[in-house]
Amino acid sequence: MNAASSLCLPHGGAEPAFVEPWHAQVFALTVHLNETGRFTWAEWVARFSATLKQHGLARELDGGTDYFNAWLETLEILLVETQGVRRTDVARMRDAWEEAYLATPHGAPVHLPKGL
Amino acid sequence: MAHDNPHSDDPHHAHAHLPPDPALRVKALETILTKRGLVDPAALDEIIDIYQNKIGPQNGARVVAKAWSDPEFKARLLADADQVLREMDIYGRQGEHMVVVENTPETHNMVVCTLCSCYPWPVLGIPPAWYKSDAYRARAVREPRKVLADFGVTLPEGTKVRVWDSTAEVRYLVLPMRPEGSDGLDEAALAALVNRDSMVGTALTSFPEGTV
Repeated sequence: MNAASSLCLPHGGAEPAFVEPWHAQVFALTVHLNETGRFTWAEWVARFSATLKQHGLARELDGGTDYFNAWLETLEILLVETQGVRRTDVARMRDAWEEAYLATPHGAPVHLPKGL
Repeated sequence: MAHDNPHSDDPHHAHAHLPPDPALRVKALETILTKRGLVDPAALDEIIDIYQNKIGPQNGARVVAKAWSDPEFKARLLADADQVLREMDIYGRQGEHMVVVENTPETHNMVVCTLCSCYPWPVLGIPPAWYKSDAYRARAVREPRKVLADFGVTLPEGTKVRVWDSTAEVRYLVLPMRPEGSDGLDEAALAALVNRDSMVGTALTSFPEGTV
């Protein structure tokens, strides 16, 4: 049997490193915060594996977007608990970005309103 | 999704494509952290560029090809991978230790991270979705031969399978067996025979017929 043939798990192809741009962004944000000393990688892994375990109770994770959803949730909680980031500020900033996208004509660069 | 539901009377129908909720949350974090001076957006772009374009299985393939060609290098690699990889300018940014495990006719090695998705980024890049899936993470330890069969790999009866569980501190790279028929190839030609999965242990390296 040819080793390149697979029965169910996809493998070996040249898939992109990150499927969605936000996967790359949240990955880079985490690596950058680790490299600038905000938390150790062991601390990150302990928290992230706990989130994955919790998410995996409800359904089997496929390692795609569900994996990065768990990654993002872990980073949000870590920043709230250790860096003094406030949930309300994150929610407000998220909504501000949404409004900025909705208020920007297609094709133009999206900016937050001044003062935010 | 917003862009699938256009309303002709909606003054915003021609607005910029609205990213999904998680993307907006990531942007929110980035904005807040940048304003607080904790994040440098240029550093984020650099990290993405490195992992998207510069680091990948080609690094690992280079290491494997060198090990196949140079017994002294291979001995040093198996004894102290950190030191050897640093000399090749391949090293982990998270301070992890690298361990290289060698496949032999007696033992086949396979790598998993049952905790999350620890992976030897400097030699293999970002892990594929299957490596991060619950299915692989749960089954690799429990039934490695069945997982290998899913990948189309059937090992001889007498070959032992050894599964290595990665952690935040230790990452593993499998040194596959050099394929038969590859005598006389230089390192570049050998590296071309090495794919990502063979360095995770879910594939074997083979020498395609008709290439000599």
